[in-house]
Amino acid sequence: MLAYVLRRLAATIPVMLIVAVLVFLMLRLTPSDPAAIIAGDNANSEQVAEIRKRLGLDQPILTQFAIWSGKTLQGDLGESFFFKKQVTELILDRLEPTLSLAALTIVLAVVIAIPLGVLAAYRHGGWLDRIVMGFSVLGFSVPVFVIGYLLIYVFAIELNWLPVQGYQRIEQGAWGWLQRLILPALTLSVIYVALIARITRTSVLEVMNEDYIRTARAKGQTEGRVLTRHALANAAVPIVTVIGLGVALLIGGVVVTESVYTIPGLGRLTVDAVLARDYPTIQAVILLFSLAYVLINLVVDITYTFFDPRIRY
Amino acid sequence: MSIEALPAEIAEGPPTRRQAGTVRMLARNPSVVIGATIVAFLAIIGLLAPMLGTIDPAEINPVFRNKMPGAERTIRNEDGTKSTFVHRFGTDSLGRDIYSRVVYGARVSLVIGVTVAALSVAIGLVIGLVAGYVRWLDGIIMRFMDGLMAIPAILLAMGVVSLSRAGLLAVVVAIVIPEIPRVVRLVRAIVLSIREEPYVEAAITVGTPTPTLLVRHVLPNTVAPLIVQGTFICASAILIEAILSFLGIGIPPETPTWGNIMAEGRALFRIYPHNIFYPGVCLAFAVLAINMLGDGLRDTLDPRFAKRV
Repeated sequence: MLAYVLRRLAATIPVMLIVAVLVFLMLRLTPSDPAAIIAGDNANSEQVAEIRKRLGLDQPILTQFAIWSGKTLQGDLGESFFFKKQVTELILDRLEPTLSLAALTIVLAVVIAIPLGVLAAYRHGGWLDRIVMGFSVLGFSVPVFVIGYLLIYVFAIELNWLPVQGYQRIEQGAWGWLQRLILPALTLSVIYVALIARITRTSVLEVMNEDYIRTARAKGQTEGRVLTRHALANAAVPIVTVIGLGVALLIGGVVVTESVYTIPGLGRLTVDAVLARDYPTIQAVILLFSLAYVLINLVVDITYTFFDPRIRY
Repeated sequence: MSIEALPAEIAEGPPTRRQAGTVRMLARNPSVVIGATIVAFLAIIGLLAPMLGTIDPAEINPVFRNKMPGAERTIRNEDGTKSTFVHRFGTDSLGRDIYSRVVYGARVSLVIGVTVAALSVAIGLVIGLVAGYVRWLDGIIMRFMDGLMAIPAILLAMGVVSLSRAGLLAVVVAIVIPEIPRVVRLVRAIVLSIREEPYVEAAITVGTPTPTLLVRHVLPNTVAPLIVQGTFICASAILIEAILSFLGIGIPPETPTWGNIMAEGRALFRIYPHNIFYPGVCLAFAVLAINMLGDGLRDTLDPRFAKRV
């Protein structure tokens, strides 16, 4: 088991290395001079040269990559052009809102989607099944920000139940924190619920015809236990896989949701960085989110043994 | 790598042979019919935009700012007569007619969706064929694709957009790049399984040159899955374009796109929700219709694929 974990961890290294190369090359592959883009339209040639030197762009490309990756591994992500701060500091500052939003969304999505998917499979072809399937197609099609504004309109403006926008740090009160996160998390969970409910339905449906389900029923097991202990437990692996893969959707959604609800998290930082062409920050955020995505999927792979003891490594 | 387990890429066997009467089968599938009808309707709207009672979508009118839907405005014609123009969907904070902008927005969205789908399928097909057929390149190409896929699509698109000046071309390129690896995977999986088929081995034995082999025996097997994949790419491209424009990093704001109309309506959303509502509904409808079309196409053209997803 430990050997497997280590081997898988090692396997993520080439993937992250390629991500790092891509992120590094991002600036160098531009048709125009990155230093000129950063300097802006009104810069004179001395300023451009100064920026080029500061970025180390006058060095050979391999040297540049070696210096850059060495620094990145030490946690030094450079200085933000726009915020005039260390990027690492900037990211740490924005981490809490994004992590809160993502965690709440995952919890919400799993709690809503799995029962829905199981019930849809159980009542296969019935009205609930149709609603769940219809919802899952709809969930993939309605853009995150449209859902966001719809929820704001209904719950914050018309009904006045929840605050419209903004964020409150958790140390300033958990209730205020939760109040401001409910709508964003609901918004973001829609597409995730659609994804998880759909896969739950499919994989539960697949195991429902297995012999052990019939056996469980024959020995007088209640339907609830048949569904949870026998059907869902055996359908867990694809569901967990999709929860991991869905993190990519989640990360995309975070960027948009944070903008809709004006949450000062990493997603908002990314948008601001792109608008300001703040390349060190853009590179850092892309690296960080990709690393998170790869690591989460690594963890998901490792949990397979827990969900399905037949899998041995 | 678990990323390889993406459900959309499960296609280990060659797709079933196209049956006679595919068109009839498609016409019997409700998803295809409904989806195709809505898409056709939107395409006609986009095409006929100037004739649908619209005015110039970029025309700014400071006097007629932030009007509610149904507001009337008198237009003085060049010959001195007056006529009334109704802002069916209201106007935005620059006095532009939202109805006209939404109608013209259909053009941009559909053009982007189709262009992105065509480009990513074409590029992905070539790379996938090479990866599947040229053994020594396979590893290199696929590791590179793994790296690309490890970057969440929207972030990758945002990164690419940040590299050049905002514009249609930059946005198209930015959406195409994250989609390519998905197509490559699909094509490569098909090629790898086709290689083992007896008819391909037979063709190799009788000395069919590789290009002919690829075109005559391998390529036809990729058509159905690629049509399906292309449809989904089209839907996701429309969504990503709207997201980029909404965030203010997509197509320049004077161009009427659904994302831009919504971006413009953000500031005054509490008072004038219609700026976001109308384009939002259109966008959701368009994407929903294309996704339905894709689901239906998958069920009819590629049943093996359908069973697994």
